[in-house]
Amino acid sequence: MKKKHSSVSHVRIRLWIFLILAGLLVLLSLLASLLCPNDPYATSSAVMNHAPSAQFPMGTDRYGRCICSRVLMGARTSIFSAMALVASTFVIGTLLGILAGWFGGVVDTIIMRVADAFLAFPQMVLAIAVAGILGGGMFNAMLAMGITGWTLYARLARAEVLSLKKEPYVQAAKLTGCSSCSIMFNTLLPNMFGPLIVNATTQIGVMMIGIAGLSFLGIGVTEPQAEWGSMINLSRSYIQLAPWAVLAPAGATIVTVMIFNYLGDCVRDYLDVEVTE
Amino acid sequence: MGSYLGKRLLHFAWIMLAVSFLTFLLSYLSPGDAAMKKLNAQGIAVSEEVLEKTRENMGLNRPFIVQYGDWALHALRFDLGTSYKDGFSVSEKLVKGLKNTAMLTMSAILLALLISLPLAVLCALKKDSWMDHLIRLLSFIGNSLPNFLISVLLIYYLCVKAKLLPVVANQSLRGLILPCMALAIPICSRFIRQIRAELLEQLSKPYVTGARARGVKGRYVLWNVLHNASISILTIVGLSIGMLLGGSVVIETIFRWPGLGKLAMDAITNRDYPVIQGFVLFTSAIYVVVNLITDVSYRLIDPRLREREDK
Repeated sequence: MKKKHSSVSHVRIRLWIFLILAGLLVLLSLLASLLCPNDPYATSSAVMNHAPSAQFPMGTDRYGRCICSRVLMGARTSIFSAMALVASTFVIGTLLGILAGWFGGVVDTIIMRVADAFLAFPQMVLAIAVAGILGGGMFNAMLAMGITGWTLYARLARAEVLSLKKEPYVQAAKLTGCSSCSIMFNTLLPNMFGPLIVNATTQIGVMMIGIAGLSFLGIGVTEPQAEWGSMINLSRSYIQLAPWAVLAPAGATIVTVMIFNYLGDCVRDYLDVEVTE
Repeated sequence: MGSYLGKRLLHFAWIMLAVSFLTFLLSYLSPGDAAMKKLNAQGIAVSEEVLEKTRENMGLNRPFIVQYGDWALHALRFDLGTSYKDGFSVSEKLVKGLKNTAMLTMSAILLALLISLPLAVLCALKKDSWMDHLIRLLSFIGNSLPNFLISVLLIYYLCVKAKLLPVVANQSLRGLILPCMALAIPICSRFIRQIRAELLEQLSKPYVTGARARGVKGRYVLWNVLHNASISILTIVGLSIGMLLGGSVVIETIFRWPGLGKLAMDAITNRDYPVIQGFVLFTSAIYVVVNLITDVSYRLIDPRLREREDK
């Protein structure tokens, strides 16, 4: 059992701070195209590997593209792909988990055995193989990460449904003649949101790292689209000449993943639920 | 225990069947024609006649389920076919790669334990002190770093700036240092958090309060606590194998370490499907077996779990 380290108000303040920080990041990525000091895709042989200056706040890469603009545009790619991925795996996984838990029997066996099969692969190994075989691209990378991602929510939702099933109010809903569909979505779903939301929030950072890793390997988001992982991969062989081309996207990745991970911790502390690792 | 073991083995058999099916499906569904890919990988000029003949030789004209059955039966004997690229046996390549990957991952686990165990003990004993906060902050940062980023940063600061180590890793001990560190840092951060939580739980148990009340010296109490936490620590280590196997693909590619991960990435670049297939099947089998061993040994060591199972 986890003990609370700090008082409730303290936890709430922390939650708000990180919600605002994460909100700012999302806002920043939404407004990225307006904030870019230069065209993130414009190449120029005149300004290759230039150090940070007034015109290029974070320098340029080996094609003469503005790093700062690319980092900003990369924020959009990273944050939105991670959030869309978490949202879709969350919906699919939760739906399957509720179905398995509520109907039991054959439905449960089929869904959960399939989940077991996907859990037998180390997540990144399967993701690398799937993304590698399908070839690059953001959608394929998301598919590769999501193929195992849904199992987490399915297992959680199923466990929640199984414990909620015995609650008097669920029994009452059943006796008053509510349809299965209505019970699942109107009665059960709102009562199991806590643990699901906490796990979803902690998964944002994990998915971000995963997609960046695939892009770094060249089988995720590919050039010329701006993405932090692929930017780091492209510039790492020139690190002696232009360290800023690596350090800027690296810094952006670290800060963003940390903010979302910390947000996950705060949500967990606030709702006081355990996280499955 | 017997029935439990039987159940687990049955589950294991199902899992491996499902894994093999999904793995086979993976390359079956891949875009393009397998015979074409094989010819392309070997650099043979493609004509309709050659293509048809290759298809015939590879058995691609048979129904899907027959192809899968044939492949699975061969896989059961650890015959995973031959590489499209150079015609060598996939299983031989995998075994060769496994040796290097095992060396890398084992040393990474060892390094991670050497660092995280003392730090976790320190954190648990001095809970909520500044040291506890600092170590937890560092482990939080370490947990948020993708391992490709750690590798690139290590190369930049240790090789390029400080010139301490060579950039390209060879198989020597010096070459092992960087990939091992890059692999160990995220694992280490995870270990610190999990071991700390486990130690705190042990420390809050009545036997610790009792021993302290009787005036037992701190280090004897600690010894008892560590002894009781050892099973959980074993599990924590066992569960990290999935992360290590995934991480090793990235690390081995960056440092050109000739293990399973580099083999897989090279195979992906060359569209060498039998090798990718073999890699996924092989690593998943390792992952499942390690999980099984962890789970079973957990019950072997802790008699209480066995009793609960029997009831």
